[in-house]
Amino acid sequence: MNKITIDPVTRLEGHGKIDIFLNDGGEVENAYFQVPEFRGFERFCEGRPAGELNRITPRICGVCPWAHHMASTKCLDDLYKVEPPPTAKKLREMAYSIYSFYDKIINFYFLAAPDFVVGSDAPAAERNIVGLINRVGVEIGKKVIATYKDSQKLLELLGGRTIHPVWGLPGGVSKGITDEQRKEIAEKCREYVDFAQYSIGIFHDLVLAEKKHVDVIVGDVYNMKSYYMGLVDEDNKVNFYDGHIRVVDPDGKEFARFHPRDYMDHIEEIVLPWTYLKFPYLKKVGWKGIVDGKESGLYRVAPLGRLNASDGMATPLAQKEHDRMYDTLGGKPAHHTLAFHWARLVELLYSAERALELAEDAETSGACIRNVPENTPSEGVGVVEAPRGTLFHHFWTDENGIVRKVNLIVATGNNYGAMCYSIKRAASKLIKDGKPGPELLNMVEMAFRAYDPCLACATHTLPGHTPLIVTIRDSKGEALEVVER
Amino acid sequence: MSDKAKMKIGIYWAASCGGCDVVTTHINEKILDLIEVADIVFWPCAMDFKYDDLRQMADGEMDVCLFNGAIRNSDHEELAELIRKKSKVLIAFGSCACFGGIPGLSNVTTAEESIRRAYLEEPTTLNPEKVLPRLEVRAPEGDLTLPRIWDTVHTLKQVVDVDYFVPGCPPTAELTGSAVDAIISGKLPPAGSVIAGNKALCDECDKVKKNEMRMIEFKAPWETEIDPEQCLMEQGIVCSGPATRSGCGAQCTKVNMPCRGCFGPPDGVEDQGAALLGAIASVVSPPAGKSIDDVFSGLRDPLGLFYRFSLADSMLRRTKISK
Ligand code: SF4
Ligand code: SF4
Repeated sequence: MNKITIDPVTRLEGHGKIDIFLNDGGEVENAYFQVPEFRGFERFCEGRPAGELNRITPRICGVCPWAHHMASTKCLDDLYKVEPPPTAKKLREMAYSIYSFYDKIINFYFLAAPDFVVGSDAPAAERNIVGLINRVGVEIGKKVIATYKDSQKLLELLGGRTIHPVWGLPGGVSKGITDEQRKEIAEKCREYVDFAQYSIGIFHDLVLAEKKHVDVIVGDVYNMKSYYMGLVDEDNKVNFYDGHIRVVDPDGKEFARFHPRDYMDHIEEIVLPWTYLKFPYLKKVGWKGIVDGKESGLYRVAPLGRLNASDGMATPLAQKEHDRMYDTLGGKPAHHTLAFHWARLVELLYSAERALELAEDAETSGACIRNVPENTPSEGVGVVEAPRGTLFHHFWTDENGIVRKVNLIVATGNNYGAMCYSIKRAASKLIKDGKPGPELLNMVEMAFRAYDPCLACATHTLPGHTPLIVTIRDSKGEALEVVER
Repeated sequence: MSDKAKMKIGIYWAASCGGCDVVTTHINEKILDLIEVADIVFWPCAMDFKYDDLRQMADGEMDVCLFNGAIRNSDHEELAELIRKKSKVLIAFGSCACFGGIPGLSNVTTAEESIRRAYLEEPTTLNPEKVLPRLEVRAPEGDLTLPRIWDTVHTLKQVVDVDYFVPGCPPTAELTGSAVDAIISGKLPPAGSVIAGNKALCDECDKVKKNEMRMIEFKAPWETEIDPEQCLMEQGIVCSGPATRSGCGAQCTKVNMPCRGCFGPPDGVEDQGAALLGAIASVVSPPAGKSIDDVFSGLRDPLGLFYRFSLADSMLRRTKISK
């Protein structure tokens, strides 16, 4: 059997390895996407005071540090059974929305856009931020950089640090903002709303206006019928910071809607021996392997997962773009894997609008930012929507708040089964004669990059980012071709 | 400037969270200055490159390589050795590369124990057959391999020679910018230098010391009201400031949270945890009827607190493995 190895999958915050096995006819027999890193956070969080964990878990991932910080902080609220005052909640959600905006700039301009804007068939050396700046112009490049910088500074102002914030406490935050500062933040957020619309404009002009791109997006190569999951507010609108978890089936019908504390009734994980990452699936559907459809417990999270699992966006401009997306894609849910990029831009706009709403709210600069915990801790769950999907932190402690056990289901991990499926599907459709060209492999990678997988996160188990190797093996298992990217 | 004169720069991650790669993009407009005078020839996290290109480079072909992340498996060690050979100047970038960082905390356990914990004992993991990831798996279609995880996290300088150290988890954008400026201008400090401040963090922290440095009990920041003006240590909150290198701008104490020591020890201090313990012991003053031990018994998890980022680089390095 032929085997194709792609190593490394670059431009991913993480470490992965793809093996594609071909049969005698040169067609894809199977594809394995391995995560070769393990980190052991669960184990070394034990014995630490739980109150320190929101300063430790962010080191699971320097790309999603705010998600881990928030999930752990909310987990501490629940652990100590302390309710943050309204100002603290608004501050947290505002900061988290700004983080989400910032993260999506990295994804779109540094990671994803090079594929679309520079072109998936462009030479490897140009498919990066520098190539992108060359294509869209230095002026625009400067604008991107200025906005990116601004959002970093706001995150530092609020969280102490842009990467690995230190600000959350059970029951609140360690520092508030003045009225002045709130107004300045609102001013920035107004610019972010413009910037988000501008970015969507680029996507429309450079990607959607070209039929060949749209054909790829709605085509058969990048498609998967699956369940979808995301946090929603009381109106079933997408929310990143708080709410209930909603799951819809492949027809878009509500399958479950539950409090984050009940996640163990709904999610289970399986260990397969060829990878360090576990595969989560819907417990009530069951594990059927890496397959699509209603019978398979695989579900998808992150932008497209969230939008599919919701009834829309809570802010007006994002709702408009949401409608435009589903109109183009032919209704909800959309199973088109590459639509993750579009959904991410809908969320970019939502993040900016939501941050602005909160920055315009006088209560966000209120004086009461904390309730000091008084209860004895024992168990807590904290869930947020990380950019790359639903993130679960669950701590158990002794009565002194020393951690006995930690369970973590990380954002990218939820999509692992779906990523494996998407890679195999793309490979099967694109490799016919056992001879993949370099752009073909890049297109297999696109299946996987659509998820914006963050493998540092996924292997929250041992820090390490490894790029990817794709090996193509023949029917005897001999490596025909090893592709390093 | 002609291409011939351009510098060649590499950025690599080993056992890393990616934060050090991300902060490299936080130099923002400096990225444009940088690419004006230098080619980034190797940066797997952000650009398409092949490991083979690295192998084929001449020795010393890269002018500078920023290396982030700790060393936790044989792949990391191999790459560290290869990169050392190909780079004129090798910089340990970030606390993981400098001191082992947060992942170094796993030096209190073994890989086997961590694996058992993650795959057999997690409450949402259904694993009645006790399947564990294996280094080699015979799948129906062929063989698949995974790297072995070491028991002990190592720092970069424990496996290869390092020319400079840029501490921080991650280093701040400002510090990263200064390192980049030094690289671009060729004005690097003497070999072996730590690119950061050289005093203790207390020196740049603006919390006021009211000279009531008498710790009568330890309080965790989440359990107590915090006075935003006063030195946290004076309020009974353990802060790593006295045993931590300056240079971060006191980011944590600025938002009223104690330092946890990510910049490692200041000049002249070997073991950060021991230094912090010493600093605290000198200010603990037990109230009437209590002993020093009584006060210290209220200190939870001293190892994880004093050696939060530097266990792998400390005199302890790791706990004993009983086999
Ligand atoms: S030093 Fe901190 S930011 Fe850098 S890789 Fe290590 S954990 Fe991540
Ligand atoms: S001990 Fe901490 S809070 Fe006090 S001066 Fe030093 S760094 Fe600042």
